[in-house]
Amino acid sequence: MNAKQADKVATIVLYVIAGSVILILAALLGYILIQGVPHLSWHFLTAPATAFTAGGGIGVQLFNSFYLLFITMLISFPIALGAGIYLNEYANQKSRLTGLVRTAIEILSSLPSVVVGLFGFLLFVVQFKLGFSILSGAIALTFFNLPLLTRSVEESLRTIPNLQREAGAALGLSRWETVVHIILPAALPSIVTGIVLSAGRVFGEAAALIYTAGQSAPALNFADWNPFNVSSPLNIMRPAETLAVHIWKINSEGIMPDAAAVSAGASAVLIIAVLLFNFLARYLSNSLYKRLTATK
Amino acid sequence: MDEIRESLLKESKAARRDKFGRAISFSALLLIVVVVVSIFYFVASKGLATFFVNKVNIWDFLTGTKWAPGQVDAHGKAFVGAAPMITGSFLVTFLSALIATPFAIGTAVFMTEISPKRGAKILGPVTELLVGIPSVVYGFIGVSVLVPFMRATFGGSGFGILSGSMVLFVMILPTVTSMTVDTLKAVPRHYRESALALGATRWQMIYKVILRGATPGILTAVVFGMARAFGEALAVQMVVGNAALMPQNLTSPAATLTSVLTQGIGNTVMGSLENNALWSLALILLLMSLVFNTVIRAIAKKGAM
Amino acid sequence: MTENQNVSFHLYDEQPKRFIYEMRPEKEIAISTHDMQVYYGDKLALDDADLSFERFKITSLIGASGSGKSTFLRSLNRMNDDVATVKGQIMYRGLDINFKDIDVYEMRRHIGMVFQRPNPFAKSIRENITFALKQHGITDKAYLDEMVEHSLRQAALWDEVKDSLDASALSLSGGQAQRLVIARAIAMKPDILLLDEPASALDPISSAKIEDTLLELKKHYTIIIVTHNMQQAARISDYTAFFHMGRVLEYNETRKIFTRPKVQLTIDYVNGNFG
Repeated sequence: MNAKQADKVATIVLYVIAGSVILILAALLGYILIQGVPHLSWHFLTAPATAFTAGGGIGVQLFNSFYLLFITMLISFPIALGAGIYLNEYANQKSRLTGLVRTAIEILSSLPSVVVGLFGFLLFVVQFKLGFSILSGAIALTFFNLPLLTRSVEESLRTIPNLQREAGAALGLSRWETVVHIILPAALPSIVTGIVLSAGRVFGEAAALIYTAGQSAPALNFADWNPFNVSSPLNIMRPAETLAVHIWKINSEGIMPDAAAVSAGASAVLIIAVLLFNFLARYLSNSLYKRLTATK
Repeated sequence: MDEIRESLLKESKAARRDKFGRAISFSALLLIVVVVVSIFYFVASKGLATFFVNKVNIWDFLTGTKWAPGQVDAHGKAFVGAAPMITGSFLVTFLSALIATPFAIGTAVFMTEISPKRGAKILGPVTELLVGIPSVVYGFIGVSVLVPFMRATFGGSGFGILSGSMVLFVMILPTVTSMTVDTLKAVPRHYRESALALGATRWQMIYKVILRGATPGILTAVVFGMARAFGEALAVQMVVGNAALMPQNLTSPAATLTSVLTQGIGNTVMGSLENNALWSLALILLLMSLVFNTVIRAIAKKGAM
Repeated sequence: MTENQNVSFHLYDEQPKRFIYEMRPEKEIAISTHDMQVYYGDKLALDDADLSFERFKITSLIGASGSGKSTFLRSLNRMNDDVATVKGQIMYRGLDINFKDIDVYEMRRHIGMVFQRPNPFAKSIRENITFALKQHGITDKAYLDEMVEHSLRQAALWDEVKDSLDASALSLSGGQAQRLVIARAIAMKPDILLLDEPASALDPISSAKIEDTLLELKKHYTIIIVTHNMQQAARISDYTAFFHMGRVLEYNETRKIFTRPKVQLTIDYVNGNFG
């Protein structure tokens, strides 16, 4: 076979590979959407789940997923922000200690989420007696989320030119004042993108949650907004099965007759949510950037 | 007196604010480091208890093929052989990476060299989207499509190492592909142009110049995918069959470290041997993720030289 | 070493290795350096700088790239703290600015700096000027408004932006942005204004406007400017220091530097026969 023939064969092979990958991915998305979307209805999205009979919904799980996401972000964003600021603005970039800290963060990001979940279980559920609760789950998800979010904050800050820091310094502003009032607002579009993208990841995470937020979804009273009441949706000490955990649960031990349909519907919701997070990230980053440079 | 001179010697508001900000942001960073250290400390202290408290021989643990921590043999020793799960984990990891690598490289080459326009328009966004799909969704499709298919093709239950590997293959494919694309894009333009100018065919250019130049990056992508596959819990647990036996073939039910962990930890009593043995599995997971991390770093270092 | 107090402020020994520069005692000195050295790591970037800067005058620092002039300028308000080590003294109001009890932020309020590339904040034109003032605790709205107008007028930008003070500063042209940055620095009412090639990234018309602005500003401020542009140095500065290979080779009144320089290298440089 000469070079030209080899070139032809290789091109065909590459087309076949790319084609089959597209096929696999399209089949994947198509399957979930075709199986799941017809199952979506207002009832399905709002009704509580049933254990033994068909016709259950995912209302409580859906709420739990969003609420847990919210609490997780509430805890993890300030920490990631602080850590990102220190790493990019204060830390001596050449020192070994900084390198070591960066390595530690990288290791945390590469830990299997099930290990992070087990650690959360051991320390918070058992040792600190928080039980299976939204709080335990949010802490576990925070550990899972921190490395990526920190890195994204750090990278967002890095894109702001040093000229801006020098501008602040030359006016007698401290590094902190410059960062808070000049650098952060300028980095906001990309920080927000990072938050939303990480939210998509947190939203779909299950392994870190099965032993922290728990695998049960007690009925909620959506009329009771006192966070200290047991059945209040806002209570952070209640166990809370999320959508992703629900999909796992009914597929590994579900006994309701329509488990497959419920999983398909729930999977479709998860994927649509991830899609929305992606679009939201793009949209927010664009519109914030426009506002930043607007001439008014 | 000179007012400015005086003011220079006093601590300004700016200086106080900076001290505050530095302290706050440093504490945040410190907290992350503390989390990492305590994860290692707690998992290690629990995981090592199997060997130091329950006096299980570490060699027996790693090579024993019977996993039944609740039972004891004739000598009163518990059956804590983790070899089935270790084998299972490595098998699914290597198999999935083995299948994913050619697909990922092929797709990435297609996206960057053959048809950059379609690559940018369709494949790029789709792979990025798929990177974000939750692993339980992959597990669900595995259970509802793949397992019945395996059952029909190979007989048996359909659960097993092969199903696990296939699910992981699809799961890591987008990640490995998009990382490979980044690497290929980083190969300088003039490499391509000079290769083509010398009369190389496109395939010769791709094979001899691009892929060779991008090898460290591609390796990183593959190892990264393997790390994900090794640590993935639920998607694998849903299709692997959850039988803690040495895998006889690729289509018989088996188990991985993560699948046994997800199933078992809630059903054992804290501090018991059954429980400690599970933590030992978690420790193996932890150490393996360190190994993957080190390999990635080593590749990066070598690539930089 | 021959020291001759009668020679105005230009003293050097016969072996032109080390020069000592001192202002006439009766002149008012805004800031001065003594035996100053600057190191980047182990690398000596500037050696033996002894310069005094007279109040309400413009001093130009000239020299080729890498001659140490920017390093010198940035050391005067400690902008290089993170990357460089400064030895010797930089005396300002009887204090060494590198002394550990000096509040660096307070010091920079009085020794302002404008950089080569315009760096307005991503805020409105008005906020660009008021932001730092507010941070330093000034909240009087009337005063702030007055400072906006005053500093923009001094920087010769007022007429161009007075109707769009709330527009983003990022919408300004390069020349306008640089004048905004100068206005921002002036609003702090600094003692000394350091400028690091403020006009090198600008077109000739903007550059000329900046020069006019500086000539206006020297009534109230001591100005030290790094420039690559010989004509600019000749046009606007009262004194000129010539930097070469990390040393100050010559420091004198500008007209003397440009008409009868003492050192051959200076002649070559100001005539453009360099390298």
